[in-house]
Amino acid sequence: MNLKSVVFATALAAAAPAFAQTDIQFWHSMPGALGEWVNGLAKDFNDSQKQYRIVPTFKGTYDESMTAAIAAFRGGNAPHILQVFEVGTATMMASRQAVVPVTKLMADAGLKFDPSVYVPAVAGYYTAPNGQMLSFPFNSSTAVFHYNKDAFKAAGLDPEKPPKTWPEVVRAAAALKATGHKCPLTTSWISWTQLENFSAWHNVEFASKRNGFNGLDARLQFNSALHLRHIENLANLSKQGLFVYKGRAGTADATFVSGECAMYTGSSAAYGNIKRNAKFASGISTLPFYPDVPGAPQNSVIGGASLWVMSGKKGDEYKGVAAFFDHLSRPDVQARSHQQTGYLPITSAAFDITDKAGFYKQNPGTDVSVTQMIRKTTDKSRGIRLGNFVQIRTIIDEELEGVWAGKKTAKEALDAAVRRGNEQLERFEKANKSL
Amino acid sequence: MSVEKRVRFRSVWLPWVLIAPQMAIVLVFFFWPAGQALVQSLQVQDAFGTSVQFVGLENFRNLWNDETYLASFWTTAQFSVLVASIGIVIALLLATMADSIVRGALIYKTLLIVPYAVAPAVVGVLWLFMFAPSVGIVSHALRSVGFEWNHLLNSNHAMALIVAAAVWKQISYNFLFFLAGLQSIPRSLIEAAAIDGAGPWRRFWTIVFPLLSPTTFFLLVINVVYAFFDTFAIIDASTQGGPGKDTSILVYKLYYDGFKALDLGGSAAQSVVLMTIVIALTVVQFRYVEKRVQY
Repeated sequence: MNLKSVVFATALAAAAPAFAQTDIQFWHSMPGALGEWVNGLAKDFNDSQKQYRIVPTFKGTYDESMTAAIAAFRGGNAPHILQVFEVGTATMMASRQAVVPVTKLMADAGLKFDPSVYVPAVAGYYTAPNGQMLSFPFNSSTAVFHYNKDAFKAAGLDPEKPPKTWPEVVRAAAALKATGHKCPLTTSWISWTQLENFSAWHNVEFASKRNGFNGLDARLQFNSALHLRHIENLANLSKQGLFVYKGRAGTADATFVSGECAMYTGSSAAYGNIKRNAKFASGISTLPFYPDVPGAPQNSVIGGASLWVMSGKKGDEYKGVAAFFDHLSRPDVQARSHQQTGYLPITSAAFDITDKAGFYKQNPGTDVSVTQMIRKTTDKSRGIRLGNFVQIRTIIDEELEGVWAGKKTAKEALDAAVRRGNEQLERFEKANKSL
Repeated sequence: MSVEKRVRFRSVWLPWVLIAPQMAIVLVFFFWPAGQALVQSLQVQDAFGTSVQFVGLENFRNLWNDETYLASFWTTAQFSVLVASIGIVIALLLATMADSIVRGALIYKTLLIVPYAVAPAVVGVLWLFMFAPSVGIVSHALRSVGFEWNHLLNSNHAMALIVAAAVWKQISYNFLFFLAGLQSIPRSLIEAAAIDGAGPWRRFWTIVFPLLSPTTFFLLVINVVYAFFDTFAIIDASTQGGPGKDTSILVYKLYYDGFKALDLGGSAAQSVVLMTIVIALTVVQFRYVEKRVQY
C-alpha cells in the first residue's frame, strides 16, 4: 500500500456515516438508456433515506443475469433482488426455496402492499394460484403493430388509418409490394407475437389449464384450427413476398427502424428506439385480428420482467428491499417510469397521472399498448406461465422456420412444435413434482 | 529418425514431485469436472439446485428419444469434417507460401496469426455482420451478382457461414504449426531434389508433405476437438443453431440446454456423450491414422 492509497482510504473512512448503511444488491438486465433509468430509481431511493443503499449492477441479457444469479446462489452469494424476464417466471416459481414471495416480504416488514392496484394482466402473471404475489412487477411491455407512415403514403394508403384486421393487413401489404416495397410485413419474437399474444387477443388458449396458471400438467394447444389458419395465412404471405422472416428474437426491430420493412409486430417498448433512430414518420396500432372470431379482440399479454427476492439473506436486508419496493410502488414513481421508458404503466394510478398530464396527446400511439392491456382479462387471456418456456419458444422458432423455408406445411410445423413442446412440459412437471 | 534419448531418475520420489503440479492441474481442471458431469448426468435438479433427484439413466433415455438430438450427430459430423479439412488445407497452402516469401515475411506471418487472438463470440458476430441478409456487405455483393444469400432460412448457407467463421478462427493456429514444421525440414533435402530435377509440385508431395505428416496428424486431432468443443460461441452469435436445427451441433445444444435453458441434468448427459465420442475418435486416430505417420 502506498501513501496515496492510505490517505484515500482514511478519507473514505472519515466520510462514511456514523452508522453502517446496509447494502442491497440489485442485479438487472437493462442496458443503455434503460440502465440509466434503473440507476436513477436507485439513486432517488438512496437519497430519500440513510439506512439502506441499493447497488444496481448490470449483469448482461436476461438469460445471462439469470444464469449468473443461479451460479451465485449455488455459491452462497446471490443478490438480494434479481430482475427475471417473463419466460423465466415458471422456473422461479418452481424454485420455492430460492425465493421470498413479495407478499410475505412486505408483510414481514410491516409495509402496506396492495396487489390489486396493479393492472390485472400484469399482476396475474406474477401471482401464485393461492393468490400470493410472488414477484414485484417492474417493467412490462406488450406486443403492438408498428407501421411506417411514409411508406403508407408512398403506397397510396392512408397513414392515419392503419390496418386493424388481418385481411386489411394483407391488402396493405399487397399495396406496399405493388409500389416496390421489398419487405411489407415482418415480426419480432414470433412465438410471443404470432402465437402467444395471438391466442390471448382472440381469447383462445395457448395451453390447457388456463395457459399453465392452474398447474404444471398444462399442455400446449396452439395447433387449433384458428392457429393453423393464421400460420397458413402467414405462410401464403411469405410465399408471395408479403411477409418476410427476419430472424429470431428481436432481430426484426432493426429492419423496421432502417425502413427496410414497412409493418411489423413487436414490443411496445421498441417505441423509444424507433422514435430516436427512424428517419421516417411511424405509427403504432393495435394488433391485427380476425374479425369473424367471436370475442376478438380481447387483450394482449405482457413481456418484460419482474423483480424477484432471493432467499437466505438477513432480516434487516429484507427490510431494505421492502422499503425499496414501497418506494417503487408510489404512483408518481410509476408514472415517471412509464413515460421515460415506454414500458406499460403497471398500475391504473400511473396511467391516470400520465393521462392527466397530457402525455398521450403529445405522444400519439403510446396509449395503444395501454388500451390493449387495461381491460378485464379472461381465463384464456390472463397470461402464459409454462415451465421450460425458453426451450418451447426456441422449438417454435425452429419449426416455423421450416414453414418459411417451404420445407414444412403449417400443420406439420405446429403439430411438431406442440409435440416437442409438450415433451418439455412433461419433463418440467417431473422435475418439479413436489409443487 | 533420431536416436532416442532416455534420462533415468535415480530417486524414486523426484519424478513424482516433478509431475505433481501438472497432475494437480489435470485433476482439478479435467478429472474433477468430468466426474461432476458424470454424477449430474444421472440427476434431475431445479435451476437453483434446491431439489436434486437421482433418476438413473433417464437423461440419456430422453436424449435417445429426441430425434433432433440424433439428427445433430450428422450435423456435427458434417461440420467437423468440413472445419478440419478446409482449415488444414488452407493453412498448409498459406504456410507453404509464407515459407517461400523472402521480403516482408514477418508482416504476412503476423497478419495470419492475428485471428487466433479474436474471441469465438466476436468471430461469430464479425461474420454475421458481413453476411447479414439485409445489411451485410458480403450478402450485398452476392445479391448484386444475382445470388440471393439468406442463411436465416437456407440451411446450406447457414452451414457455410459457421464453417467459414470456425475455419477462419482456426487457420492461424494451423498455420503456425505448419510453418514451424516447414522450417524444420532440412534445406539440403529439398535442394538435393531440386538438383535432381524435381519440380516444386513433386518436391512438395514426395519430401515436404511426408515430413509434415506428424504435424498434420497432430492438427487433425486438435481441429476435430476444436470443432467438437470450442465452436458453440460462434454458432450462438451467428445462427443460434438455425434454421430449424440445421446448424445445431452437439456442443451448441449442450451449451443451450445448460446455460440458456438451465437443464443441468440433460446438459451433463450430453457432455458425457460428447466426451465418449471424442475419446473414441482420438483412440481411432491414434490407432489407425498414426500408423501412416512417419516421425
